[in-house]
Amino acid sequence: MPYTLTPPDPFDIDAESTEYLEGRVDTGDRWVLNFGPQHPATHTTLRLVLELDGERVARCTPHIGYLHSGFEKLGEHLDYNQYVTIVSRMNYLSPIANDICWHHAVETVFDVEITPRCKAVRTIMAELARIQDHLLCVGAAALDLGAITGFLYAFNPREKIYDICDLISGQRFHPDWTRVGGAMMDLPDEDLFTRMVTDFIREDLPRALKDLESLVLRNKIFYDRTVGVGAISREDAVAWSLSGPVARASGVRRDLRKDEPYLCYADNWDGQGAEAVSFKVPIAEAGDVYARFQVRLEEIRQSVSIIEQLIDRIPSGPMNAFTDSKVTRPPKSEVYSSIEGLIQHFELIMTNRGWEAPVAEGYGANETANGELGYYVVADGSPRAWRVKTRPPSFINYQTISTMLEGHMLPDVVAVLGSLNIVAAELDR
Amino acid sequence: MPTPPTLDHPTFAIVRAEFGDARLRGTEFRGQSTLIVEPGDLHRVMRFLRDDERCAYDFLSDVIGIDYLGYPAPTPGRFAVVYNLCSYPRDDRFFVKVFLDPSLPTDGVEEDPALYLDSVTDIWPGAEWPEREVFDMFGIRFRNHPDLRRILTWKDYPAHPLRKDYPLRGRGERERYRVVDRTDA
Repeated sequence: MPYTLTPPDPFDIDAESTEYLEGRVDTGDRWVLNFGPQHPATHTTLRLVLELDGERVARCTPHIGYLHSGFEKLGEHLDYNQYVTIVSRMNYLSPIANDICWHHAVETVFDVEITPRCKAVRTIMAELARIQDHLLCVGAAALDLGAITGFLYAFNPREKIYDICDLISGQRFHPDWTRVGGAMMDLPDEDLFTRMVTDFIREDLPRALKDLESLVLRNKIFYDRTVGVGAISREDAVAWSLSGPVARASGVRRDLRKDEPYLCYADNWDGQGAEAVSFKVPIAEAGDVYARFQVRLEEIRQSVSIIEQLIDRIPSGPMNAFTDSKVTRPPKSEVYSSIEGLIQHFELIMTNRGWEAPVAEGYGANETANGELGYYVVADGSPRAWRVKTRPPSFINYQTISTMLEGHMLPDVVAVLGSLNIVAAELDR
Repeated sequence: MPTPPTLDHPTFAIVRAEFGDARLRGTEFRGQSTLIVEPGDLHRVMRFLRDDERCAYDFLSDVIGIDYLGYPAPTPGRFAVVYNLCSYPRDDRFFVKVFLDPSLPTDGVEEDPALYLDSVTDIWPGAEWPEREVFDMFGIRFRNHPDLRRILTWKDYPAHPLRKDYPLRGRGERERYRVVDRTDA
């Protein structure tokens, strides 16, 4: 039986209270379709209530929160190192980027300058995370639009990135690798790390990119289904707070790696006058779904060039900053062999000790695969943050979906959803 | 004793000159400047910050709610809402902060007339969901918001969970939540 047209209170939605579609002509043939929360194309758990006029979307009301698990409340009860295990689970397509961003924000508040070696490795890992995220996003977009081959070709090389995460942290999926002022440990085997990364970016990835481009971007069906769909203008993109590839596909010239440089994207990152890594920020003008994937694929190439610049000249020296200060954990060799190391270790580990944080608040943001990921950290002098507010790019980008979908056909919903690369764990936190 | 912050961000002077009658304060920490305004002045200050071409904060990055109940340092109010602004033309980041004090007990979900702010969704439409999140988590409501509903928790959730007087493990909502079984489904 088909859905009842204009039921009195369909699925208890409050769509009527939203005024996204003022002035749209109502032909009286509207019906309501519930999309999600469980649907293969929502990737995780989110729900769209679509009010359809025939097959055209007249109004779309997103409902989120199905995966809300109080991450920010937990952030007030875990210390600055422990909380990395939680942020890692936000954007699980590129978990290590969350780790790096979280400790970037904490180090901004603590005013810790990390070592050049740590900066270089963090930059490499951040770029690998970007590749990881974009590969899945572009591949899954093909999958959503009915082409499974592209997905498989994009998914295979991601496995190599997991292997690299496994090497440096001991965990494939959620590395939880960073710590305040450094990382959980130094690279266990630098030669192996270099070899794995170079093998990946010189052999596996170019092949996958070539396949992906011809399978997805040069695919006539994909092209027809994405060009001109979900377009948003530059002005709207800025006004709606869009960031990342979605904004850059609309012509917004903004990339935090260039505009608020951090890590190796800033000049003089090694303290000896090293230049910032050079790369281009791809911009498209069309602002539609196709442009977003073009930008993403081009960003993968730029990430490869950044890694190429760094991989052969990772500075030597310690991974953790100020090993004699009270901020970073000492290496295990010192903990086990010297009394100072042991004391410092316990100063940070014991629950009644820990950091002497400033009583102040600050914001640190990184350009991650989805856009500006930031943490607003309110510190209260104790080893636990008073309040941790995430600026989740998925959440901010997703609020535009109603405006993007206005007047589009029902099959375009999936295309637009995929192009925003919504990660519901980050959306709901 | 920490040194008092140097308020040399140019926006401070511009806003002071423009709003001579308003009560404005400023703080600075690690190079990040925050302007503290009174709730009543918020909307006109925000509109000025976006429209004036010396400020040109055309991008609202985020809206942040904070509960300072029991915070070690004195604050001008219990709740704060922080607006994280960016200027693309000038490549600058600036924070605007408002403090609010509740007039009712904060362990429930009653509408508190003291916890109201003017919505900035008419200036930056992108404030819509961040403001809904602040409402959901802290119970701070926004006047003239197009669609002020809870966003992460459900409609009948009996608390605003990020308030400091709400316990980490909740007040038993999961255990006591109504179960729908086959007989009444």
